[in-house]
Amino acid sequence: MSQLLTLTFVAETIRLSIPFACAALAGVWSERSGVVHIALEGVLLSSAFGAVVATLASGSPAVGVLGGVLVGTLLSLLHGLLSARFRVDAIVSGIALNLLAASGTRFLLRAWFDSASNSPPIAGFHWGPTGSSGAAMLARTLLDPVTLLAVLAVAVTPWVLFRTRFGLRVRAAGENPVAAASVGIPVVRVRLIALCVSGAVGALGGIHLAFDQHRFESGMSGGRGFIALAAVILAGWRPVRAALACLVFAALEATQILLQGQRKLPPEILQMLPYLATLVVLALAAGKARAPAGLGQHATEER
Amino acid sequence: MRIGLVFDVGGRGDKSFNDSAFAGLERAERELGVTVEMIEPSGAEDREAAMRLFAARGFDLVVGVGFIFSSDILVVANAFASTRFACVDFAPSADQPLPSNFAGLVFREEEGAFLVGAVAGLMSKTKAVGFVGGMNVPLIRKFETGYSSGVRHVCPACRVLSAYAGTTPEAFKDPAKGEAIATSQISAGADVVFHAAGSTGLGVFEAARDMNAWAIGVDSDQYDEMPGTVITSMVKRVDVAVYEVAKEIAEGRFHSGIHTLGLRESGIGYVNDGPHASLLPQDVKTRVDSIRDQVIAGTLRIDP
Repeated sequence: MSQLLTLTFVAETIRLSIPFACAALAGVWSERSGVVHIALEGVLLSSAFGAVVATLASGSPAVGVLGGVLVGTLLSLLHGLLSARFRVDAIVSGIALNLLAASGTRFLLRAWFDSASNSPPIAGFHWGPTGSSGAAMLARTLLDPVTLLAVLAVAVTPWVLFRTRFGLRVRAAGENPVAAASVGIPVVRVRLIALCVSGAVGALGGIHLAFDQHRFESGMSGGRGFIALAAVILAGWRPVRAALACLVFAALEATQILLQGQRKLPPEILQMLPYLATLVVLALAAGKARAPAGLGQHATEER
Repeated sequence: MRIGLVFDVGGRGDKSFNDSAFAGLERAERELGVTVEMIEPSGAEDREAAMRLFAARGFDLVVGVGFIFSSDILVVANAFASTRFACVDFAPSADQPLPSNFAGLVFREEEGAFLVGAVAGLMSKTKAVGFVGGMNVPLIRKFETGYSSGVRHVCPACRVLSAYAGTTPEAFKDPAKGEAIATSQISAGADVVFHAAGSTGLGVFEAARDMNAWAIGVDSDQYDEMPGTVITSMVKRVDVAVYEVAKEIAEGRFHSGIHTLGLRESGIGYVNDGPHASLLPQDVKTRVDSIRDQVIAGTLRIDP
């Protein structure tokens, strides 16, 4: 148990939480504007791929970040166009985009890199000290530019969402699109912008996955987008709480890995723990959390 | 003669298991003049369909790469009596009779894992080593058991920390989780980590490099994945196993049942030669080679 409070553990928890937290923040942005977003998984996966391709093409990880953000934003915008503009059921659109991301990345891997499983390695960012001490690990984790961008996104989101005119419009579109439209808010346009922000923020999670492993791996998002969606719900669609929920999930994941090494319980049971905890918390929080009232609704009065 | 190859989850280009099977058939193409076609199934449902597709077109041999084919391939083999079938890493389920047109290709992984376990035990300065498994199934536990026995054979005082990435096939393709597990083991004192986890193991290499530890690759020579960190790899010659079956059929001496390959058949080994083994001191190589010779001679038994 003494290993639980080491700097290594803290560093690991932060590192593991970034993809979850970015996807959760993306979920908050989208759902606060009234668009159900189950394509978070696809955003993670496609932006990881975009980041790797842009890094390989340019030789610069900074361009890689831009590439990942671009791909994630486009996928999310596509989801917005389908569900908010053309009124396709958002669940159907989300599933379709998740499938598109999974098979599209695989197809392009085959076409560009002649492999069905992984891309060539990329350098990525490598800042901070090397070494196996907890302090070195924590420094490496915290100095990572993608991590810093993610932390910045967590810090800025509540301010934009709750303190700016744009944030107010996003929330109005999400709470009552008909009323919002009646006072002249262009609901569809606001939702599309919110979806772009969502995609850009979520992309940071995919970029983190790819840069952390220095390559793209087919299916490397591994269901993180769906866990993030659970975090959004149990946090009651509040951005900082959603990010904190992801941090807790990551801490459970890191604990699970530590406990496996001690061989007191069968690994199958331990591997269930983070998910089991998510289910329990969801069940407890479900009654209290209130979804944006206009989630999935359209501004029917808009022409 | 026509051969159909159906890939496992990783697919072609995994620089490991699947590529090795493909290399065996490329050799068969060159040396035996056979034609080879392949399919990469995208999910569980496609696997059986892919095998049926080849068999229905009258292929002479259909190869399924991976234990995941074990039950489906028998169903298809029973339905197409004139086609021969082979399954790499075949995991027989209890009391299921094997059809006469089927060959299960299995390896004594524990022998190779024992050798790299001995390497880990001899190389460790902290007297602690790690094992990272992919999906928690009997096949991967065979690696763990062999590895632990190998470590203890040369270093009875050494601790072996082991953990698995998950219980579904996705556990073989989650490098972020592999990195987390290896990081946890290295910070708990391990300084050599062996993985049997497919591309999840690439994350193990990341952690080992960042934390100045050593890593041991699996299935094929993985030195190029992280030069300077990967000190050796346990090599599983899937290419040899697949090539041999193709050759048997070409020469009209196919025999059904389980084909087992180990150190003696050169189906299993470890990287102990050339620049990719330059991080291994000569005395370690000598010691591990002598263990290998004992196993081949039958004087040292390794229980799976």
